[in-house]
Amino acid sequence: MTTDALIPLLPFAAFVVIGLGDLFGRGFGSRAHWIAVPAAFGSLLFSLIAFGSVLSGGPHDLPLYTWAVSGSFRASIGIHIDALTAVMLLLVTIVSALVHLYSVGYMRGDRGYARFFAYLGLFTFSMLMLVTASNLLQLYVFWEAVGLCSYLLIAHWYERPAAAAAATKAFLVNRVGDFGFALGIFLVFRLVGSLDYDRVFAELPKHAGEVITVAGFDVQAVTLVALLLFMGAVGKSAQLPLHVWLPDAMEGPTPISALIHAATMVTAGVFMIARLIPIFSLSAAAMSVVAATGAATALFAATIALTQNDIKRVVAYSTVSQLGYMVMACGLGASTAGIFHLLTHGAFKALLFLGCGSVIHALAGEQDLRKMGGLKSRLPVTYWTFYIGALALAGIPPLAGFFSKDEILVRAFLSGGAGILFWGVGVATAFLTAFYIFRLIYAVFHGASRLDPKTAASVHESPPVMTVPLVVLAVLSVTVGWAGLPIQGLNGIEAVLGPLLSPGGSSEPVSGQASLLLPLMGISVAAALSGWMTARYFYLTRPELPERLATRAPALYRLSLNKWYFDELYDRVIVRPTRRLADRLWRTVDVHTIDEAVNGVGRETLAGARILRLIQSGQLQHYALVMMVGTFVILTVYLIVQ
Amino acid sequence: MVPLSYYVMLSTVVFLIGVVGVLIRRNIIVLLLSIELMLNAANINFVAFSHYLRNLNGQVFVFFVLTVAAAEVVVGLAIIIALYRGKATVQIENINLMKG
Repeated sequence: MTTDALIPLLPFAAFVVIGLGDLFGRGFGSRAHWIAVPAAFGSLLFSLIAFGSVLSGGPHDLPLYTWAVSGSFRASIGIHIDALTAVMLLLVTIVSALVHLYSVGYMRGDRGYARFFAYLGLFTFSMLMLVTASNLLQLYVFWEAVGLCSYLLIAHWYERPAAAAAATKAFLVNRVGDFGFALGIFLVFRLVGSLDYDRVFAELPKHAGEVITVAGFDVQAVTLVALLLFMGAVGKSAQLPLHVWLPDAMEGPTPISALIHAATMVTAGVFMIARLIPIFSLSAAAMSVVAATGAATALFAATIALTQNDIKRVVAYSTVSQLGYMVMACGLGASTAGIFHLLTHGAFKALLFLGCGSVIHALAGEQDLRKMGGLKSRLPVTYWTFYIGALALAGIPPLAGFFSKDEILVRAFLSGGAGILFWGVGVATAFLTAFYIFRLIYAVFHGASRLDPKTAASVHESPPVMTVPLVVLAVLSVTVGWAGLPIQGLNGIEAVLGPLLSPGGSSEPVSGQASLLLPLMGISVAAALSGWMTARYFYLTRPELPERLATRAPALYRLSLNKWYFDELYDRVIVRPTRRLADRLWRTVDVHTIDEAVNGVGRETLAGARILRLIQSGQLQHYALVMMVGTFVILTVYLIVQ
Repeated sequence: MVPLSYYVMLSTVVFLIGVVGVLIRRNIIVLLLSIELMLNAANINFVAFSHYLRNLNGQVFVFFVLTVAAAEVVVGLAIIIALYRGKATVQIENINLMKG
C-alpha cells in the first residue's frame, strides 16, 4: 500500500521543513508544532490503517529505493510491514504523537523550540524506518540514526555541561555495542552473502555446524553471529554492562526521556532480537547468554532504583530493569512475551516519564525527591495518571504490566532448569519494582510538603495539552494488557505475533498449563503487593524507618546509591587510562614526532637559505662576472669536446 | 686587402674592452657605454664575415642590431634617470636592493 510510505515520510517532511526553516529563514519559532504535531498524528493514522490491513491481508512490502547493486549484492531501502512491524509502528506512532502534543506544553518558551521539534521528527522517521526494515543494512543505518537523534536530543540544552557530557557518554557507550553489531552483520554477510532477512533466515541454518577460531578458541559461527548482534542490543537497550548511559541520558528534556529512552529507541534492542529470533534460536549458548544478561540487568537495575533521589533516575533505572525482563524473555525463547511486555511497558513507562515531566514542570525544574512531597492535591491529574502507571509497572492486575510480566515469568518457569532461577530473579525484581515505584509516589505526592517555599507558591497543574496525553496513556496502560489475556482464544498478542516469533512452534501456548498458571500468577501478584505494602509501611506509616535501615547497612545502601560503582569502575579502568594514553600520544607522537617533523623541515630550509643568501651580494657586477665566467667555461668545454 | 683575422682580432679586443668596462667601472652610464661597445664588436664581426663570405645577410643584420641598440639605449637611459631620481646616485655599488 502506498500510504505505508507516508508513515515514516510525514515526520521526515516535518523535520525537513522545520529544520530548513530554522536554518535559512526566520524559522517557525514557537509555531513549529503546527507542522510537527499534525505530521505525527498523520503518521499514527496511517499506522492504524497499515495495522488493519496487515491483520486482514498479511504482510506487505513497499520498496522505496535501491541504494547499491554490486554483483549479487543488493542494498535496498523499503518498507516491510508484517505483524511484528505493525504493532511496533502503532507503539512508536502513538507514543510519538502523544509526546509531540505534550512537548507543546512542556517545551513552551524554550530557545530551541523549533530545533526540538525538528529532531523529534527526525527521530520518529528513523525509528519507523528501523522497524520497517527488511534487511540488516537498513536496520543498521537507522539503528545508528536513532542513536544520533538520541545524542542530539540529550544534548538539547547543550550549554549545560552535564547534558553535553551525558550525550557524549550515550554516544560512546553505544559505539561499543554497535561495534559488535556491525561485526555481526559483516559475519552474516560473510556466511550467507546477503543481508535480506528472508535469505539470511533461510540460509544461516545451513552454516550451523561451522566453526570459527577466535583468539585461539573454536566458536560456532552462528553463536558468534548471535552474540555479536546481541552486543548491539546490549548497548542500545542498556543491558549490563553497557547500561551506564541510560540514567545519564535523563539530562535531556523529559518528553525525550519518555519517547526515546523509555518507549521506543531503547526497546530497539529487544525488537532486534525478536526480529532476528531465527538467528538467535540457532544457538542455544547465545540464547542462554541473552537470558542471563536480561535477568541480571533486571535485578541489578531494580536494586539501584531503590535508593536514587532524582525522580527521573528512579524511572530510568526502572526502564533498564524492565528492558532486562524483555531481553530475558527473548533469551528464553518467549519473544512474543518480550514484545508484549515491550508494548505495555511503552505505554506505562511513557506515562510515568510524562508524569515526572509534569511534576518537574510544576516545580519549575526541581527533580530531587527530597524536595517534593504532598503534591497529591495540587496536581490531581498528574497524581492519578501516575498512580495508574505505577500500578501497571508494579504488575497489579488487571493493568497492562501484570499480563505481560506474568507471561514472561510463566514462560521462564515453564522452560525448566535454569528457567526456574530466572523466574526467581523475575519475582524478586517484581517485588523491588513495586517497592521503588511506590516509594517514588509516596515521596512525591504524599506526606508533608518538603518544597522550597519559593517554588511552593507557584505549583500548578499542567495545561491540558500536557494532561491529555497523560490521560490517554493512562487509559492505554490499563487496557493494552487485555490484548494478551492468558486465556485460550482470547490471547490476541499470541495470535498475531506467535506464528512470526515462535519458529517451528517450539514454544507451546501458555494457556495449556492452566494448573500451574494460577499459582504462578498468585506468586507474582503477591510479590508486587508485598512490595507495594512494604513501601507503604516504610514511607507512609513509619517514615523514619528507611533512614534507620540505611544506617544499619551502610555498605549495601551506599552500593545501591552509588549504582554499584559502575561509573567509578569504568572511570578507573577505561576512561582514565584512555585519557592518559591519549595524553601520552599527544605529547610524544603528536607534539614531538609529527609537529617536530613538520617544523623541522621548515627550520632546516631556513638554515640552508641563510647560507645560500651569502652569494647574493646585490652587486650587479658580481652577477655579471659570474655570468661571463660561466659563458667562458661553457664555451671552452664545448670547444674542447668538439 | 686587410685579411679577415685582423677584423676578428679587432672585434675581440673591442668586446673585451666592453666586458672589462662592465665588470670594473662603477658608473652606470659607463656600463651602458661598455655594453654598446660589446654590441658594436659583434657588428664588426657581422660586417667582416659578410664581406668575406659574399653574403649580404650579415650587413642587413647589423642594421637590426643598431636599431635595437638605439631602442635599448633609450630604455636604459630612462631607467637610469628613474634610478637617479630615486637614489640620487648612478654609482653601481650603491644600488644593491637585491642583496640577500
